[in-house]
Amino acid sequence: MYRIIRKKVLAPTMKLIEVEAPDIAAKVLPGNFVILRIDEKGERIPLTVADYDRKKGTITLIFQEVGYTTKHLGRLEEGDALLDLVGPLGEHMQIEGYKKVICVGGGSGTALLYPKTKAFYEAGAKVLTITGARTKELLILLDELDAVSDELYVTTDDGSYGHHGFVTDILKELLDKHDDVDLVVAIGPVPMMKACAELTREYGVKCIVSLNAIMVDGTGMCGGCRVIVGGETKFTCVDGPAFDGHLVDFDDLMRRLSYYKKHEEEVLSNECCSGGECKCH
Amino acid sequence: MPLKPNKTPMPVQDSKERIKNFNEVALGYSEADALKEAERCLNCKKPLCKQGCPVEVPIPEFIQAIKEKDYEKAIEILKSKNNLPAICGRVCPQENQCEKYCVMGKKHEPVAIGRLERWVADWDLNRKKEVKSIEATKGKVAVVGAGPAGLTAAADLAKMGYKVTVFEAFHKAGGVLVYGIPEFRLPKEIVKREVEYIKQLGVELKLNFIIGKTKTIDELFEDGYEAVFIATGAGLPRFMNIPGENLNGVYSANEFLTRVNLMKAYRFPEYKTPIRVGKRVAVIGGGNVAMDAARTALRLGAESYVIYRRSEKEMPARLEEIHHAKEEGVKFKFLANPVEIIGNEKGEVIAIKCIDMELGEPDESGRRRPIPKEGSEWVMEVDNVIIAIGNSPNPLVPRTTPDIETTKWGTIVVKNEDGETTKEGVFAGGDIVTGAATVIEAMGAGKRAARAIDQYLTNKKIM
Repeated sequence: MYRIIRKKVLAPTMKLIEVEAPDIAAKVLPGNFVILRIDEKGERIPLTVADYDRKKGTITLIFQEVGYTTKHLGRLEEGDALLDLVGPLGEHMQIEGYKKVICVGGGSGTALLYPKTKAFYEAGAKVLTITGARTKELLILLDELDAVSDELYVTTDDGSYGHHGFVTDILKELLDKHDDVDLVVAIGPVPMMKACAELTREYGVKCIVSLNAIMVDGTGMCGGCRVIVGGETKFTCVDGPAFDGHLVDFDDLMRRLSYYKKHEEEVLSNECCSGGECKCH
Repeated sequence: MPLKPNKTPMPVQDSKERIKNFNEVALGYSEADALKEAERCLNCKKPLCKQGCPVEVPIPEFIQAIKEKDYEKAIEILKSKNNLPAICGRVCPQENQCEKYCVMGKKHEPVAIGRLERWVADWDLNRKKEVKSIEATKGKVAVVGAGPAGLTAAADLAKMGYKVTVFEAFHKAGGVLVYGIPEFRLPKEIVKREVEYIKQLGVELKLNFIIGKTKTIDELFEDGYEAVFIATGAGLPRFMNIPGENLNGVYSANEFLTRVNLMKAYRFPEYKTPIRVGKRVAVIGGGNVAMDAARTALRLGAESYVIYRRSEKEMPARLEEIHHAKEEGVKFKFLANPVEIIGNEKGEVIAIKCIDMELGEPDESGRRRPIPKEGSEWVMEVDNVIIAIGNSPNPLVPRTTPDIETTKWGTIVVKNEDGETTKEGVFAGGDIVTGAATVIEAMGAGKRAARAIDQYLTNKKIM
């Protein structure tokens, strides 16, 4: 069992949990993810590791409550435990060798962006960070990002905080201003990553994105997480989750992500507001 | 008493009923059936059946014990060679192994060795007993992968007095026995009890632990393990590389079966893992996995087709599985090969395009090579395509242990039958060495490796 030793509500639907997992904490690197299962009847879901503490033997996970499992996870409290947790999975991100990096995070993607931002900053790169959300309430990790960025820009779609507009507005400004950016890392909703990839392509700047495909085992066994990258089929779990944004077929990814929408609705309507387990009333 | 020419029939769930549930199809012999069938064994002086068994089960001896109604002795004999008899009795392709060599089979039907094995094993599982754990005095051995090869090696090593830890990536032990083979062919309760037996022998199971990720082989040696057995299997699904394979509704057999078996998607929404099966499903391939997928799809309410590029005669699946699949209403399209999967504007599968094939000269596998018949394409409407054309070896361990040599196919190179790899103290066996094969062959490899590891460690201590 993997005990939750700390929980923090970052935004109404965005939670942080720190979980005891010494074997994973000893090995994890920025960009790796884990797969967890809450209980015997639960599904296996992948979550990127947002932070880790090798001494304490813990990893930190940040997630947005979007489906049944993430909502269930959000209801767990300190002292509760996850039944299964396995990792670190996926290829970690290459950090060395970059001088100026723009890190772009959208929504809960900002949580996945944080460890990479920190790693680039600690490796000595100049780090310009952009984070955005729909509205002020959903912005997360501003202080943490500020501490590991040379410059931090914040946007909201509704203008309730920071720049009124999208992260790509700022990204364009920065790309115009700095002609020596050697990498853009964009993590967030698929349309946001797609927009960042298209924009950086115009500027001829390399763009790495991190994909959130549907997966079961996370070790290359099921092939459910296949994505098209540069016309070739890749498995997000073992070949990724980070890929060259200029080569990813985002429309295909978006279609694949929608395949179980009806099932998700069914399982939510079954659980929520009928058994009372959700504590939403 | 005159010899009965035919096997005592296996009681089965009626095909009309069973396609509505996931319960086991073959119900198993009664004691009377077992005794009747045991009588058919001639107890040959030179038993040929043993030659066909990859784990060397003393077949006439255990059948003799059944005849004498000494079931305790029967199970003891079985377990002296086979740690997982309830599983082998269910999934071994006996017709190509022990039963193929049975002398009775020359004129009549062979003795139903598999069914007898299953009966004794089930008799044993259903009684209360204590397994004596063996004191581990001989050092630490790590086994990577809790599938048939790994579990067998672990059990044998524990019996020899080693402290064995099995590392498993999934949250459940069993490998293909739990993620791949369906409940209706191998109830997961049976696997659980067999795994329980291995734990009682003193074997430690570390689940959710991926060698190659959570720890490397070298780190296992640093942790004090003196030898390592790699049995990580052939878990990587092959695709056909035809247009439309990424459409929604195309599953690898691995994904389809893992969702249904390991994650119990057939009990959605009680279990939270979803599976989407439409009105008509096409399964590509002709092996046991294809049969499993087709019969699973049927149980999930679909009309189920198997598309296979050779003819029925060349199908690698067990005869019993093909027979059961037909009985249940799975339809077969032989001598056909998919060339494209067709989707709608939402990116979901709506049809599959195939081309007819004819058989040419035999290829390296000895089976006649299928050749496309030009201009013979046809289209069938389907909602799902399940690809069951085989699996490749799992690369996680070789990728992180560069001094273990692999072949161009990704299988681990072994120096001999014992599974010795190019790295000292590291042995390998099962599908990671042979490529996708059978449960019993993997168990045979586990057995040989256990013996070799014992020898290796004994020699090392003398020197």
